[in-house]
Amino acid sequence: MSEQTKTIAAPADKLLEVDDVTIKFGGLTALDSVTFDIKRGEILGLIGPNGAGKTTCFNVMTGVYQATSGQVRLDGKPLAKMKRHEITRLGMARTFQNIRLFKSMTVLENVMVGADANSKVGFLNALFRTPLHRRTESAAKARARELLDLVGIKADDSELAANLSYGDQRRLEIARAMATEPKLLCLDEPAAGFNPAEKQRLMELIRKVRDAGYTVLLIEHDMRLVMGVTDRIVVLEFGRKIAEGTPAEIRDNPAVIAAYLGVEEDDDAAS
Amino acid sequence: MHFDVLFHDFAAYTAGGLVYGAIYALIALGYTMVYGVLQLINFAHSEVFMYGTFAVAWVFVALHGTDQVSWSLGKAAPMLLVAVIVAMLVSAGIALLLERVAYRPLMKKGAPKLIALISAIGASFALSEAMGLRDRITGWFGLDGKLSNYVGGARNVYSNPVTIKPHNLFSIGSYNVTDIDVVIIVAALLMMLALDIFVGKTKFGRGIRAVAQDPESASLMGVNSTRVIQVTFLVGGLMAGVAATLYMLKIGSTRQQAGFIFGVKAFTAAVMGGIGNLRGALIGGLILGVVENWGSAVFGSEWKDVVSFVLLVLILLVRPSGILGEALGKARA
Amino acid sequence: MNAKNPSAQPLRRLGDWWEGVVLGYSKRSRPAKIGIGALFALFFYALPLLRPPIITTNDIDFGGVLFSSAAFALVALGLNIVIGYAGLLDLGYVGFYATGAYTTGVLTSQHWHWPFFLALPVAIAVTMVTGVILGAPTLRVRGDYLAIVTLGFGEIIRLVVTNVGWLGASAGIKDIPHPNNIGPAPEPPFHPGGLFAIPRLQWDGFIPSIDHTPVHQTHFLVFGALDAIPYYWLVLTALVAVFLGDRLIKASRVGRAWEATREDEDAAELMGVPTFRYKLLAFALGAAIGGLSGSLYASSQGGYINPQSFPLLLSMLFVAAVIVGGSGNRWGAIAGGVLVAYLPERFRGFSDYRLLAFGIALMVLAIWRPQGLFPSTRARRAKAAEAEIDELEEGAAHV
Repeated sequence: MSEQTKTIAAPADKLLEVDDVTIKFGGLTALDSVTFDIKRGEILGLIGPNGAGKTTCFNVMTGVYQATSGQVRLDGKPLAKMKRHEITRLGMARTFQNIRLFKSMTVLENVMVGADANSKVGFLNALFRTPLHRRTESAAKARARELLDLVGIKADDSELAANLSYGDQRRLEIARAMATEPKLLCLDEPAAGFNPAEKQRLMELIRKVRDAGYTVLLIEHDMRLVMGVTDRIVVLEFGRKIAEGTPAEIRDNPAVIAAYLGVEEDDDAAS
Repeated sequence: MHFDVLFHDFAAYTAGGLVYGAIYALIALGYTMVYGVLQLINFAHSEVFMYGTFAVAWVFVALHGTDQVSWSLGKAAPMLLVAVIVAMLVSAGIALLLERVAYRPLMKKGAPKLIALISAIGASFALSEAMGLRDRITGWFGLDGKLSNYVGGARNVYSNPVTIKPHNLFSIGSYNVTDIDVVIIVAALLMMLALDIFVGKTKFGRGIRAVAQDPESASLMGVNSTRVIQVTFLVGGLMAGVAATLYMLKIGSTRQQAGFIFGVKAFTAAVMGGIGNLRGALIGGLILGVVENWGSAVFGSEWKDVVSFVLLVLILLVRPSGILGEALGKARA
Repeated sequence: MNAKNPSAQPLRRLGDWWEGVVLGYSKRSRPAKIGIGALFALFFYALPLLRPPIITTNDIDFGGVLFSSAAFALVALGLNIVIGYAGLLDLGYVGFYATGAYTTGVLTSQHWHWPFFLALPVAIAVTMVTGVILGAPTLRVRGDYLAIVTLGFGEIIRLVVTNVGWLGASAGIKDIPHPNNIGPAPEPPFHPGGLFAIPRLQWDGFIPSIDHTPVHQTHFLVFGALDAIPYYWLVLTALVAVFLGDRLIKASRVGRAWEATREDEDAAELMGVPTFRYKLLAFALGAAIGGLSGSLYASSQGGYINPQSFPLLLSMLFVAAVIVGGSGNRWGAIAGGVLVAYLPERFRGFSDYRLLAFGIALMVLAIWRPQGLFPSTRARRAKAAEAEIDELEEGAAHV
């Protein structure tokens, strides 16, 4: 199923490399020599039972935590200790497990904040309404509307983010992250709280996003979703990588089955 | 800059600073406890203190009348005892009033901190103005004549009719340590000890620590957080009442604005020691008293207050969690 | 749009009316908007000359009252950027005000003799730099602490100018020149100067007539010792300029960055917003406006500033003006500033009770209407959303 056309003609290219990353918090080793890559244009799933270190791994990959040893490289460039907004500028964007939209801003404004990440105008341009400012603003608005359309939000642009339905809020978060023009889009439990129909829609959206040229990293608990939409999967347990491969390979992998004790059917319980 | 002045009389300046520091420490306790439990800067605590100072003077007026006299500490002791109790009650009363009127409605609504701070600022002004307008306010009830001894002077300095003459006990360098100084330091340490025991060993104290650490779990464990908050304000008020008495012992007069500068310095002390940390309030108070005294030696007494503020700013920038670290919620007070 | 709540307060109706007005305005074409805006501004320029009944303070110089109202409104606008847009609680704004005033004083009177309009931009720049220097280390600190650090800073400035001889010490700086006149200078007692004279209106009940008394005329444009109106016009012009600049900046990525930072700083950062940079910008802009107001104050009628003019109380009043008006709303800030300056003057008879009333008003406001008298658009939208949800829930409950 994941033998979909990869829109990139070049041979599989490493977008993100997690290279022997270990992270210790005091006496606790949260990640232990984890190594894997994310190839450009693929949808990679990161799974594991509770406490496996998925969130920690995610945070190291997105630069929120510093690895104790090992390195994370985006497009060959190591992620050094940098400010979070700089990481976003480098090309990594994410959504949040517990939805962190700017609730009192409108739908359009939320997405435009994402688009602003690449803006070259500052306050002087704004003050004097230079042509550059005007161009940038209308381009950002247009792009925002485009993305809202892509993710399928029908609500009015000027609707408050707080007023959207739960599903629309999740979609808005994705649109906002995409507006930053990331190379890698990281989705943190995007299906939490969805019913099966919504999960189906989400899977279609994720495929649409990938087809639009983005690379996607997906952390999820729902096995059906992960198996259904990803190209490859990395499995963590107790901070170590225990398996890596296509969904078919992972499904039959004894180590993975043991880790989950066979709960690969509707895994809605976990979240 | 006169570093030589400081070094020449180092012990003296240090000792002198400790005395004021002890008073700052007691006031600081009120700030630090409320912040520890509510994460709220009780801006109006300075007025809690100020009302205490007036209470002390009023007790003397009531018991002695308005004739100006000068007594030794021994002679004044009985009245002083009455005064400290009344001051503690008055300060505690104002503190509880504050909690009920200015903060509880906001806490119930879960209002943001900024709003609570605004309410605190408003309460601070209302209280200090009410004191400044006491002659007018009693006038509305026709009482200003009867109470003229108490409400006279309005916004001006209100003096304790009994000036308590300090008696030199011994000297440190050029500074004569008086009986008053000793009383101040001892009283502060005793109150600190009492508070330590209260917070560390009693049921209420445990409640306070629990709510400070985790309000939700605390209420799940059956701790009545409203009660705990009231007790926190009450205790802070009691401490301020003692501080007010010591203040009047040392300085002998007060005014409507008396709370402000001592309040700000006490708050500085609380932050310096680690906001929420009771021992930190003590350390912070003493250090502030000493350092600002050193500052007045080196830079001149007109720069004393600048030293306090600069110290505050520096501490917040360099070590915002304070000298002993923030901690009402931790096991040690 | 708002729920038909049986307990709808008069304030809400006022709010609705205002929204209606704003909606009507926003539907007009661009030239129409500019026209309406210009007329609106013109009215305020004319106000001290029109002297309408009820509003005019007869026992105290109306021009002077308008001047302080406009000055307060200007300060409130500046502070609104810091508190309302960027969400930074600044309790020491008087420090910037004083920096602007003292820079002007030093340049025009104490040590040099620059003309006012040359000193003004320098004062603004100096204050802005001060804001950056203060902000750079402190904006990384937690919200409550920022409040206290700024309070400390305000006091440090006051104490420094009180104690440093070069800055005039406690005697202050006097003989600060007025802004430069337009037209011939006045030559008392017969030549009032200026290009022409403008009379004012006087009222007999509700019947206006022109007041021909020579001393009641305003000479354009003479900044003298007796007539506050030209000063008012100067401040009003600054107010209009800052207001327009504020609108332009807020409706851009800068405004969005501020709002996002206010809402959820971490999420904003992860969406690529350089939050620290924009917080510093807000702080610097706020400082610049504070410096502008301070400078204008220094050069106003008395020509005299001293440390007692910049107490902590003033910082609190500034904050109150912003919060009372409705934090985050530039009209609210202006309204708040005007209220805080105007009401005590209008009700001078009760002047002794001013601060008491102020304290009580703050508490009442905090408890009953924390979003301020004129809440910001987002606060209003959020409230409207809440009201709708409440309605829905009530409806569902009755099913």
